[in-house]
Formats: sequence, C-alpha cells, structure tokens
Amino acid sequence: MTTAVSFRDAALGFSGRTLWHGLGLDVEPGEFLAVLGPNGSGKTTLLKAVLGLQPLSQGGLTVLGEPPRRGNRRIGYIPQQRLLDAATPVRGVDLVRFGVNGTRFGLPLPRRRDREHTAELVAAVDAGGYADRPAALLSGGEQQRLRVGQALADDPPLLLCDEPLISLDLANQAAVSALIDGHRRARNAAVLFVTHDVNPVLDLVDRVLYLVEGRFRIGSPREVLTSEVLSELYRTHIDVVRVHNRIVVVGAGHEEHEHPGRRA
Amino acid sequence: MSPLFDFTDYGALVSLVSSSLIAGALLGVVGGLVGVFVMARDLPFAVHGISELSFAGAAGALLVGADVVTGSIVGSLIAALLIGLLGSRARERNSVIGVLMPFGLGLGILFLALYPGRSANRFGLLTGQVVSVDTPQVVALSAVALVVLAALLLVWRPLLFASVDEDVATARGVPVRTLSLVFMVLLALTVSIAVQTVGALLVLALLVTPAAAALRVASDPLVVSLLSMAFAVVSIVGGILLALGAAIPISPYVTTISFAIYLVCRGIGHRRRRIRTADVGSRP
Repeated sequence: MTTAVSFRDAALGFSGRTLWHGLGLDVEPGEFLAVLGPNGSGKTTLLKAVLGLQPLSQGGLTVLGEPPRRGNRRIGYIPQQRLLDAATPVRGVDLVRFGVNGTRFGLPLPRRRDREHTAELVAAVDAGGYADRPAALLSGGEQQRLRVGQALADDPPLLLCDEPLISLDLANQAAVSALIDGHRRARNAAVLFVTHDVNPVLDLVDRVLYLVEGRFRIGSPREVLTSEVLSELYRTHIDVVRVHNRIVVVGAGHEEHEHPGRRA
Repeated sequence: MSPLFDFTDYGALVSLVSSSLIAGALLGVVGGLVGVFVMARDLPFAVHGISELSFAGAAGALLVGADVVTGSIVGSLIAALLIGLLGSRARERNSVIGVLMPFGLGLGILFLALYPGRSANRFGLLTGQVVSVDTPQVVALSAVALVVLAALLLVWRPLLFASVDEDVATARGVPVRTLSLVFMVLLALTVSIAVQTVGALLVLALLVTPAAAALRVASDPLVVSLLSMAFAVVSIVGGILLALGAAIPISPYVTTISFAIYLVCRGIGHRRRRIRTADVGSRP
C-alpha cells in the first residue's frame, strides 16, 4: 500500500526562520501520528505542507503517493473549534454539506444525491438531534462532531486534525476522538493529529512526532514522552510523570503544554 | 409645507415610474442576496466605505459631464479593490476603510461644490433619486444587477463555504483569496447601483438591514437569502410607491420600511430563541 505521508530530509521555514529541518518521516495507512510540541514549533505549518498550502524550503514530500497539491479530495481536514458569529447564515447540517459540495462552482441547484450523502454523514457522526439548529448556537462538541462529518465526506484515506479537541470537555474529547479513530479503523486511514495535549488520544496514538524549536523526535509515546528525551529536546530539565495512564509534563520555565491552550 | 402623502392622480404617477419600479425590484433582489454575504463576511463597514467613494465617482462624473452611473461604478470598484487588496484581515480592513471613507466623501463634496448645475442633482446622489432615473439609466442599472446576480449564483457554494469557514475552505482547495476579490467587485457593482437609488448615505438600508433582519429569524442559507431578498424588494418598491405621493426623497421611506422589518424580525427572533432555551432547559 502507498505510504500516506512521506517526508524526505524535509525542511520548512519562512521569513529567514527555519521551523524544522532534516525531517524524515513515513506515515503508513492506518497509523495514528500525534504531532506535539510548544506554540510556534511548526505543527500547523506541517499540516499546511501536506495540504499543499505551504511549500517545503528543502527536501521531498509525497502525500498518498503524489506530490502535495491544493484541494486534494483524498484528504479530510478537521480544524479546531471556532466560535461562529450569530450572523453566520448556516445550520449545523450546512457545515457537513460544505464537505459534500462546498467547493463546487456553478448554479447551486439542490441535488438529491448531495442531500442523501449529507444526511448519511450527519447520521454517521450521530448529529441528527441538532443538525437543523443554527451553527452559531451549537456547543463546541456538537460543532466538532459535525466537522468530523464534513471531513469524512469523501471517505478520505488521510485525515489531518489541527487541535480538534481544544476547549472541549472530557466527554466530548472522547466522543470526537472516537469518531476520528472509528474512521481510521474502518477505512485504514492515516491520521495526523496536531495537539497540545496527548492524553485524550494517548490510547490511540501509534507514534509521536515531537517538535521543539527545530529539533524533533519520532517514536512511540513510550519512547518519546520520557524525561530524558524531552529534556534533550527542550534543552532544560523536564520531568515526565505518568499518573493513572495520563502523562504530565513538568518543566522549569516552559508552559505546561499538555493543557489545552492557545493554538500553535 | 407639503403633506407627507398626497395620492391624487396616483395611478398615472405609478405608470410613469414603472421602469423605476422594475429597476428597484431588481436592485432589491441583488442587494438582498449580496447582503447575506456582507453579513457572513462581516463587511457592513466596507459597504459604507465603498458607497462614499461611489458617491465621489458619481459627483466627479457629474462635474465633468460624464455618465453618472459609470462614474459611480468606477468609484466603487476602486474602493472595493483597495479594501480587498489592502485589508485581508478584519482589523486592517477597518482601518483602510476608515481612511478611505472621509477622503471619498470630501472629494465628492468638492466635486458637487464645483458643479454649476441644479442643486437637486447634488443631493440626489447622497439621499436618493430613483424616480428621476431615466430609461437608459434604468436599462444600465438592470443590466448590472443581472450580471451581479448571475455571477453570485455561479460562485454561491464556494463563496458561502469560504465566508463561513475560511480555514477549512482553504484546506479543501477553494480559491479563497480570488473569491474574496470577486465578491468585492460584485459588492462594488451592487453598491454603485444602490447609490443611484437610495443615495450613498443610505445604501446600508438595502445591503445590510434586510439580511440582518433575515438572520434574526432563519439560519438555513436558502431561507435567509429568500427572506433577505423579499425584505429588500418590499423596502425599495414600497419606498418608491410611497414617495410618489410626497415631496420628499424616497430614501426615508425605504429606510423606514427596512428598519421596521428589522425590528419585527428581531422581536420574532428573540421570542423564538427564548422558547428554544426554555425547551432545552426543561430536558431531563
């Protein structure tokens, strides 16, 4: 099977600053890769490179066997929750419909196939109860379920998630990650999951890419999320403590990034 | 003082303005539809800024004896492209508009001050004059309105996607930046025909108020658009019909009708939301 995402000696930077370099990484179909690191370490930019929105400054990248390109329909993208303004003229179901036909130009005549497909997606993420409500009035968890539905419209073999669990409560974090994991298993899809907090997805993660100021480490959570490795990455003393199957990172002078916080 | 209403010979008057009514209704349809995106893209202030430069363009055309509709289109296109190119982020955009707007208004006032013709023409551009629009102008305004309507329908889905959810639309390959400029051009064209009708100062009554009212009572994009178009058409056609029997310009009628519709929708929306909240609250 084709590798989902493959970086070869890749470097990325802009305005004279290198975010990371020498990155070699193969993400296989069905693999769940968590991308961790502090703000500004280039996690979101890495997703942008895969989406074809940000060219590498060096090295090679293939996405599902092809060079990265904009508008690749085989990639599903789930962003972080966003407060929608009351002046947003859409309902929950319209968010899902954007995934079905939102990129299509031409007269917006309703098609039965689109409507049925949208209804299936709404049912798949169990959002039928609130899909007809104004999008601006949805809770964070409701919005994120619908965004998963939107991202699954083309049954993508690759899912990119950018802090999809941020500011959700624990129950909704679990529900939304279960939906993402469900698609991964059903489709054998690869998942690149950018997050501040690895704990809600710790049981799902196969490997971790930990980025800190241009340095990085790739490996299983057990290999990477250790006091020794993180101290080396951060170049300061870091303690990694495991409590009740949760990982707590405590460091001198750096923010506790495992708590949901600002976006990278 | 002339009375606000005087409906003697009303039938004869209506037949005189039938082409204005058609142009007005068409403007209502386009304005109502564009308004939905103005709200979704948070552009009411841009509408105001564009209309001031459109006024300057029209006043300049009046001064040099050129076509007023063309002048107003040129003015608003320049404004819309400047706003679109310089202000991609909301904060930047608002400062660009804040800088452009007084300049445009000042320029327009200068042109009008230099204009030696009838003073009635001067204030028409600021406060509206649809009844005095002549037939070739009505044809031009209708043609522009139809072009905007067609273009808007063709980009409808990606434009709505990009307006509501810019990040995801970008990730999905929607040409967000291009669409934003296309929309600014369509907005500019709509503003310049609205300036001819309700005047530069009151364009918001057609491009913002109807959509804002519709959003109070609906969220289905199709329903919001239909309501917004209906509200705008009722405001402008109602305004023209009422203004016929009066000696004052049409704009106060248009703005009052559209404001009244907004108040009613606000009331309805408020009640609905209260009921819905009570509903949710009573769930076990």
